[in-house]
Amino acid sequence: MTYLAKPKFHHPNLPKNDLGYTHRDYEGTVSTLCAGCGHDSITAAIIQACFELSIEPHRVAKISGIGCSSKTPTYFLGNSHGFNSVHGRMPSVLTGANLANRDLIYLGVSGDGDSASIGFGQFAHALRRGVNMAYIVENNGVYGLTKGQFSATADRGSKSKRGVTNTDNSIDLAAIALQLGASFVARSFSGDKHQLVPIIKAAISHRGAAFIDIISPCVAFNNHAGSTKSFDFVREHNEAVNRLDVISSRMPIEVKYAPGTVEIVEQHDGSTIALRKLDADYDVHDRSAALGFLQHHAAKGQIVTGLLHVEKDSDDLHAHLHTVDAPLNALNEKELCPGQAALDTFNASMR
Amino acid sequence: MPTAKSSASPISRVNDFVVRFANVNGSGSASANEMFARAIMRMGVPVAPRNIFPSNIQGLPTWYEVRVTEASHLGARGGSDLMVAMNPQTFDKDIASIEPGGYLFYDSTKELPASKFRADITVIGMPLTAICNREYTDPRQRQLFKNIIYIGALSALLDMDMTALEKLIGEQYKGKEKLIEPNLKALNIGRDYAILNLQCPIGLRVRKADKVGDRIFIEGNAAAALGAVYGGATVCAWYPITPSSGLADAFTKYCEKLRIDPETKKAKYAIVQAEDELASIGMVIGASWNGARAFTATSGPGISLMQEFIGLAYFAEIPAVIFDVQRAGPSTGMPTRTQQCDIISCAYASHGDTKHVLLFPENPAEAFEFGAIAFDLADRLQTPIFVMLDLDIGMNHHLSRPLVWDDARKFDRGKVMTAEELEAGKDFGRYLDVDGDGIPYRTYPGTHPTKGSFFTRGTSRDRYAKYTEEGAPYVDNMQRLVRKFDTAKDLVPRPLQSNSVNQTKYGVIYFGSTSPAMDEAIHMIESRGHTLDRMRLRAFPFHSSVNSFVADHDFVFVVEQNRDAQLRSLIVNECGIDPVRLVPILHYDGTPITARFIAKAIGDHLDQLKVTPLKVNS
Ligand SMILES: Cc1ncc(C[n+]2csc(CCOP(=O)(O)OP(=O)(O)O)c2C)c(N)n1
Ligand code: SF4
Ligand SMILES: [Mg+2]
Repeated sequence: MTYLAKPKFHHPNLPKNDLGYTHRDYEGTVSTLCAGCGHDSITAAIIQACFELSIEPHRVAKISGIGCSSKTPTYFLGNSHGFNSVHGRMPSVLTGANLANRDLIYLGVSGDGDSASIGFGQFAHALRRGVNMAYIVENNGVYGLTKGQFSATADRGSKSKRGVTNTDNSIDLAAIALQLGASFVARSFSGDKHQLVPIIKAAISHRGAAFIDIISPCVAFNNHAGSTKSFDFVREHNEAVNRLDVISSRMPIEVKYAPGTVEIVEQHDGSTIALRKLDADYDVHDRSAALGFLQHHAAKGQIVTGLLHVEKDSDDLHAHLHTVDAPLNALNEKELCPGQAALDTFNASMR
Repeated sequence: MPTAKSSASPISRVNDFVVRFANVNGSGSASANEMFARAIMRMGVPVAPRNIFPSNIQGLPTWYEVRVTEASHLGARGGSDLMVAMNPQTFDKDIASIEPGGYLFYDSTKELPASKFRADITVIGMPLTAICNREYTDPRQRQLFKNIIYIGALSALLDMDMTALEKLIGEQYKGKEKLIEPNLKALNIGRDYAILNLQCPIGLRVRKADKVGDRIFIEGNAAAALGAVYGGATVCAWYPITPSSGLADAFTKYCEKLRIDPETKKAKYAIVQAEDELASIGMVIGASWNGARAFTATSGPGISLMQEFIGLAYFAEIPAVIFDVQRAGPSTGMPTRTQQCDIISCAYASHGDTKHVLLFPENPAEAFEFGAIAFDLADRLQTPIFVMLDLDIGMNHHLSRPLVWDDARKFDRGKVMTAEELEAGKDFGRYLDVDGDGIPYRTYPGTHPTKGSFFTRGTSRDRYAKYTEEGAPYVDNMQRLVRKFDTAKDLVPRPLQSNSVNQTKYGVIYFGSTSPAMDEAIHMIESRGHTLDRMRLRAFPFHSSVNSFVADHDFVFVVEQNRDAQLRSLIVNECGIDPVRLVPILHYDGTPITARFIAKAIGDHLDQLKVTPLKVNS
């Protein structure tokens, strides 16, 4: 694999966002993933979401683990710093980075092997700490990069490409994220960009731990009959609870949908999510009902997608730790070092 | 009233003896014993206390030894001149450890057969349980005040100044004044009993002196934590493990005092108790990557877990500070005993070709200094820095020179390219060696809209941080890392050499907590008619003076506290020295190394050499 620079020629008529950036300014290098890989569609959705949100491209930190999915941060936001860390440990690296500078936007990208197997512990603890981030799992039910072994999200009874049947129970990361207290939990499908882009936008705008489980078929190892993460299977079994639109605070709020089926959710940064409910009973603020709903549909073989849960007054780890407003990495010796005078007092107290 | 019987002549010494307390863990003895040590220090007499405790919360045996040493021999000495035997479980063993002519102080409430004692010691019995049962009704009080009562008795037996003890009680219960009176009463019950019923003082005595000076009494973990505060650490991620937890606790305590913004009352620090050591080092690396100063504190098992991440930080060149408070391994080993046994596992931590910077503080004052310097070194060298403490330094109070800070000192944030420099068109190659010292420039995330961003990865890359699997750029990068490590040799604290007044062919190399025992041992070795030049190593990679020191001597002893002569291996490996020239002196039973041990091991070796066989001319 070699590095491919994407030619950057700017068409004068490319649409610009509020900050004057074009879609191109949010792209990265050319993907080296398999043609048709679900992960590439997620990359495209991230680019679209950041463009639409008018984020300063360099104010995002992209952090990932190891896997095909974890490689994708090179393919978007080329002007952002990225960190392809070690397998399963994106959450801790992201947590540390976030502690150092609360002013950046943190995008954590992981795979199902990365988050549900080797990194299950870190996944859980970063969510329960409420680290302010958008945590994306590109979930294909297999270890793509090591050539198709089952991952812990592979459904029991599903078949691998080689014909082996998975006998272990699967882990539903969205259900666990709900249980762990993540303040934003969603599931989507790489092939459904109309649902996915607004969900990513909402997750980025959310303050606190936002988790998105994105079913992302692996064309090399998981797109055959018998796989429950193939394009066809997901399309047929997708049970969307809602469709949403994120309206940034800078835009006038326009609700396009018929009243009664629309709910407006306000985020901390002033943006709003317009939820077009498909299931009238679904309440995005009821954590335990969301869990029940997921399990009920899973038993029927249905994959529930949409915004599953969002907490109204969420806060984050910095709020819990009561840290100063300035980024910790910007504090200098004057602010951090108490000097000899304090040492004199200290020495005197130690005799 | 038990009789004092002895046959060997009782030891008679002033300000130079060892008192050892044998207690049951969880009985509240620790604070009373510590007060005893402090009182002697307040009398101007240096003390070196050491806590020997089990991996248990309640019930197992624990010892506290106080070396009273006007001459400031602050290393452990071994043996005990006065045994305060308060633990029936270890009674026989404790008696056996008393020096000939020494003293035994015990609870004589229950009559013990004469066979329990030794003929060559002075036995002092005091019916402590009976006294407590008479004075107190509450079982917890009986237990707690028993400790204070025996301290009161000791004050009379050793002819100590009561005012120091009384003052300490006042300080200890500041804010809980109700407790002062009963504690003073207990102290006097013990003292009065001893004066009336026992022969006071005994041959061991404490006499006021002025040998403490401005020194402070501090644990290495606390000093290191304060070093991290002064060094500008803002992020601490850790996972509890003995003997390092105290370091994170102390950092928390000092931050709460020194790092709260006066106006907003908000914290200028973030401390996270992580889910394990993998997460703690991951957070440290993430924070450091993002431009904060971050550290973790751990011990051997934690170092084992951190291996993969340490390699990432080495290869991706991310600063990190790791305090390793070493304990006896392998595996869980002896978790509450001291060793210097992580030298190799830290120096070469992680898979592939890696080498790391280690600092070896000798005592709390240096733990403070190195604790602060470590952050400058990490930023300057963009690599993990290990501060190698051990349980002896970390968890025991040491008499230490006062901590000092130069207020003009600036943090060295290393080579960080700014938005202005990028804007001015300065060439940025994340792994480009612009200055020939192997150290490249980095940028903090979020610096500039279009310039200076790069992708950090553990995979191979070229000088501009672009992914590559080609051999040449990989080798180029690995060679630069070697250059960077060479640069480190002149940045880390230098070895300290002290040559003997007499010419000698022999030298000794040592480091870390061995230091006070070595200082004392050198005199003992001299009194056996041998001389040695000394070199105390303070860091790895080794400065070139280590090579010349070895070259200047026929052979050099390497004293360390592990089984496998780890430092010696590192010297052999890194300095290309013939192993025959380096004689290992190894102490690794989990207790702190003593001057007696060193002097005997080295002295015996040198004695053998003295008996030079007749040389037949060939
Ligand atoms: C410690 C460690 N063990 C094993 C590996 C090998 N490895 C690389 S990627 C991977 C699985 C990735 O699976 P997933 O996270 O689902 O990503 P995908 O490739 O499917 O997107 C494994 C096991 C590794 N890099 N590190
Ligand atoms: S192996 Fe699967 S997951 Fe990896 S790039 Fe190919 S399609 Fe995507
Ligand atoms: Mg996968």
